[in-house]
Amino acid sequence: MNGVHDMGGMDGFGKVEPEPNEPVFHAAWEGRVMAMVRAMGAQGAFNIDASRFAREALPPEVYLSSSYYKKWLLALERHLAALGMAGQDEVAAGHALRDGAPLKRGKFEVGDVERIMVRGSFGRDAAAPAMFKPGDRVRAKNINPATHTRLPRYVRGHSGIVERINGCHVFPDSAAHGLGENPQWLYTVVFESRELWGDDADPTLKVSIEAFEPYLERVS
Amino acid sequence: MAHDHHDHHHHDHDHSELSETELRVRALETVLTEKGYVDPAALDAIVEAYQTKIGPRNGARVVAKAWTDPAFKQALLDDASKAIATLGHVSRVGDHLIAVENTPSRHNMVVCTLCSCYPWEMLGLPPVWYKASPYRSRAVKDPRGVLADFGVTLPKDTEIRVWDSTAETRFLVLPMRPAGTEGWSEEQLAGIVTRDSMIGTGLPKVEPKAAS
Repeated sequence: MNGVHDMGGMDGFGKVEPEPNEPVFHAAWEGRVMAMVRAMGAQGAFNIDASRFAREALPPEVYLSSSYYKKWLLALERHLAALGMAGQDEVAAGHALRDGAPLKRGKFEVGDVERIMVRGSFGRDAAAPAMFKPGDRVRAKNINPATHTRLPRYVRGHSGIVERINGCHVFPDSAAHGLGENPQWLYTVVFESRELWGDDADPTLKVSIEAFEPYLERVS
Repeated sequence: MAHDHHDHHHHDHDHSELSETELRVRALETVLTEKGYVDPAALDAIVEAYQTKIGPRNGARVVAKAWTDPAFKQALLDDASKAIATLGHVSRVGDHLIAVENTPSRHNMVVCTLCSCYPWEMLGLPPVWYKASPYRSRAVKDPRGVLADFGVTLPKDTEIRVWDSTAETRFLVLPMRPAGTEGWSEEQLAGIVTRDSMIGTGLPKVEPKAAS
């Protein structure tokens, strides 16, 4: 979706402000939110793509004005309500008021923690050979789905070079919406700065994205 | 239980908003616990792991190893997930990790413009600035301006390569080993590899005391 989350190349957000000796969490609740999202995801309430889409779908003014873990909390609440797992009325009451939809892999217990410390693999068997190879010139398609996509706006319509093939991976555009893993070839595609930002761009800059095959078309 | 009500660091939230958020988080956790979805002790364990076990120290050990062992460095650049798996003493790592090497002619920088993708297993949870709008918006258009915010200036003709983490591949920058570190042990070297140097917004720094 063309949301405010897709912010590559936007101006006006100001300076980057690193915080010296930053703590892992700025408040205890941030850690609880992170842990709840990880735990519910691990047990099959949602996959990582659906979880990202829930955050992208927050109202733009909320997205931009909320801290990072506040966004995670708001998206988690909405997501769990939509899944029939925890209603907003229950959160308001501070207690369960009814049974929730079952969790695919059951309760998240202490014994499950070790398993989620290593990221799952997103590589899958390919149904067809890769369409592109390193060195090929490709264009990022001009697509504007209202649903989840990982093709950022700033590259759409622009041409770049395939640099690497990174295997065949779960396709977020499908997986986020319960449409299955629909594995697709994944490439690193490099763009010259002037192709993206025009003649005034820093000529020493090159930007790459990780692009799924359906995002790309050949430039002949 | 890790449910401390009072937060030691108020940052720039106002207190009433913070309290409201805390109450909501507690309420949600209570609901999920009562419904049998989560064991709060398991949530404690996740939080604790990210506070104590999984952080930039993991990545720093990998970098230090690459600086001292050319065969490992080559293996790391060929397939970082596979190479790191051979180092039993470093954090376990999932698939799709890619190490990118800084050289005198090329500097690498990693961003996730769409959210906050970051190599958690190597660097821990990302800092606030990495997840915030200024970095996500500017890194792909004005990386030299971003580097200036970090006090880093690169030679004018150095190529800057920005990697936007738009899929489940993850990137670890292999910084250049600073001069003046000849003969250092891996442990000494790991001590100068900062988190930011592995994201590409900083450079390893040799403090005089690090050599002692």
